[in-house]
Amino acid sequence: MVTPLLSVRDVAKTFTMHLRDGAVLPVVLGVGFEVHAGECVVLGGPSGAGKSSLLKMVYGNYGVDAGQILLQHRGQPTDLATASPRVVLELRRDTIGYVSQFLRTVPRVTTLDVIAEPLRSRGVGREEAQTRARALLSQLNLPEQLWSLPPATFSGGEQQRVNIARGFVTDHPVLLLDEPTASLDAGNRAVVVEMIAEKKRAGAALLGIFHDEEVRAAVADRIVDVTAFAPRRAA
Amino acid sequence: MSFAPIYNFAYLDEQTKRMIRRAILKAIAIPGYQVPFASREMPMPFGWGTGGVQVTAAIIGPEDVLKVIDQGADDTTNAVSIRAFFAKVAKVATTTHTAEAKIIQTRHRIPEKTLGEGQVLVYQVPIPEPLRFLEPRETETRKMHALQEYGLMHVKLYEDIAKHGRIATTYAYPVKVEGRYVMDPSPTPKFDNPKMHMSEALQLFGAGREKRIYAVPPHTAVVSLDFEDHPFEIQHFIEPCALCAATGVYLDEVILDDHGGHMFVCSDTDNCEERRDAGHRGKLAGHSLEAAE
Amino acid sequence: MTGEPLLRVSNLSKLFGSRIGCTEVSFALWPGEVLAVVGESGSGKTTLLNCVSTRLEPTSGVAEYRMRDENWRNLYDLSEAERRFLMRTDWGFVHQNPADGLRMTVSAGANVGERLMAVGDRHYGRIRSTALDWLNRVEIAGDRIDDEPRGFSGGMRQRLQIARNLVTSPRLVFMDEPTGGLDVSVQARLLDLLRSLVSELGLAAVIVTHDLAVARLLSHRMMVMKDGRVIEAGLTDRVLDDPREPYTQLLVSSILQV
Repeated sequence: MVTPLLSVRDVAKTFTMHLRDGAVLPVVLGVGFEVHAGECVVLGGPSGAGKSSLLKMVYGNYGVDAGQILLQHRGQPTDLATASPRVVLELRRDTIGYVSQFLRTVPRVTTLDVIAEPLRSRGVGREEAQTRARALLSQLNLPEQLWSLPPATFSGGEQQRVNIARGFVTDHPVLLLDEPTASLDAGNRAVVVEMIAEKKRAGAALLGIFHDEEVRAAVADRIVDVTAFAPRRAA
Repeated sequence: MSFAPIYNFAYLDEQTKRMIRRAILKAIAIPGYQVPFASREMPMPFGWGTGGVQVTAAIIGPEDVLKVIDQGADDTTNAVSIRAFFAKVAKVATTTHTAEAKIIQTRHRIPEKTLGEGQVLVYQVPIPEPLRFLEPRETETRKMHALQEYGLMHVKLYEDIAKHGRIATTYAYPVKVEGRYVMDPSPTPKFDNPKMHMSEALQLFGAGREKRIYAVPPHTAVVSLDFEDHPFEIQHFIEPCALCAATGVYLDEVILDDHGGHMFVCSDTDNCEERRDAGHRGKLAGHSLEAAE
Repeated sequence: MTGEPLLRVSNLSKLFGSRIGCTEVSFALWPGEVLAVVGESGSGKTTLLNCVSTRLEPTSGVAEYRMRDENWRNLYDLSEAERRFLMRTDWGFVHQNPADGLRMTVSAGANVGERLMAVGDRHYGRIRSTALDWLNRVEIAGDRIDDEPRGFSGGMRQRLQIARNLVTSPRLVFMDEPTGGLDVSVQARLLDLLRSLVSELGLAAVIVTHDLAVARLLSHRMMVMKDGRVIEAGLTDRVLDDPREPYTQLLVSSILQV
């Protein structure tokens, strides 16, 4: 049996809303699934089932109350759920990538630098990082005159492509995708589908949320139904 | 008939002199370090040499011979009055000859003639703190001296070069004493800085208003601060002294008329006179000075 | 984890009489790591910064620093000479008000060059070219090198202060509200500059700010302070996106969204 690159075990999460008199909002309970190299697992379920929250937990953006999130990191299983902030940052740099729904832009940083940054932080030289950024941007059909501009004023679709390029530019073994095709046209959707296929061939483990059924059908190897982890409301 | 009041020898009372001597001894023991002392009111305004006068009063003895110069000259108001003051209150012999003097009190010059063992040069100091230009807090400058944080001194020299293309400080040029304390040599021209280095004479500095005494004992290293690529240099004069033809001495410019006429003459009047007595003649010796008057 | 921290703070407390400045604060900081300390005015974040940077002596607690010779020293056991040397070589301190960190009456070039001269550089040409290089890095035109910062705008002064601090390649920089008091567009430029300098130079930094956006942009980790105590700490994006403590949730929910 091959070790999965990502293994989520018995994860539970609740939000406590202190501003609303400490209302407790359970999110998920008993989450368990694995993602192996070369496959794309899609989180399924209706809006509000906790798909996005789960993705954020796997990235360490949300904390978890219980369970393990094991990543194969430098040949060792490392539990992101209990890792110190420094280890989480290291995991993000080397092992787990994330394409979020929205781009958080930094003032004055050009599109090329936004995309090159994950490479630069892994020690790739500026020239090479920018070359790889350019290749991805042209693959994603982002007009070249935008490359040297900060993406803050771009349209939703343009920002999303910048975001995708930033997520795909590195070769993280585990890649999380939060609706990467939501605001793309058919042509660019097809490009992203092909990019995902490429990642799979390269041996990456992908975990994503795709509302577009066509895209989902094209990329998903398995679907994990998040409603199965719904906590019993009541308690 | 004389109404001259009866003063203690050299004006100050003995307790005050002791206090000042203790400060002087400490200053000698820590070359370049500014020792606070309880500066007294003197019968002259601050800025007229009250610090130097107190130091001189504390060290002078009845057998000593005193010379007083102001900008190198023995015959300017300040020099004449201080010389007269000590002639009156200490009844000491005075002189204008550098070689004959035991104590030389000075404002803004070091005599051209090399000072020898046993001689004491007493400087009148207006502002003893070389760091004050950039750091006005006394608490902070003291700490900087204590910890030898002298980067700021070079900031001042840097500013000079940045503004003028060279170190434009020409007087009160900062020095480092015995590799330890940075010291303000008082407003002497930087021309005189090299004379302080390894001098056989004892050099005492008194700042009356600021209540500080510092010293450079004989045979002490005194090095002017500079940059590797902008080394310390003294002023050079193109012409020799118009009266005594001396070269390699500090010259003052004297305006002769309203038509741009001028000449350069020795700032050290004693040295100039001695040379003229020995037969040296500058190009204007003998007539022009009188003509101008 | 690989690598040793640069700074270890344990149980640091500072009392002003019976009033608490900050109390029982512990954290470690690694090379290249930026830690944001956030909280409202009076939460003790500046007191903490002043204690850790040895500008203030704590009432109790220890702050150990790994010196350039790899020896660990308790900062409060250092002699004043050692401490001041550390402050002008291996550390930087960026004040909210640039006038507190600059010499307003000497030129920009001398402001940057001062630290070099303080550690014994005696070559005017070299000092000047290093200063020019740093002005360039903080986006101040080279022809302003001989101008006094009195004539500079707030943003330029702040950038000059940063250059002045970074010229000796410090390993640790303390910043007290570095973008406070600046216009929003000027802030953005400064943030971007700080961000790239910190990552380029691999600086460790402790940044005190009440601006959560600044914390998100610049820091890897953050500590939330209230009434002198650290009430929540962790990965910056986790504290901001999944805050646990009631006070942190209040802070985060109080940000104006643009």
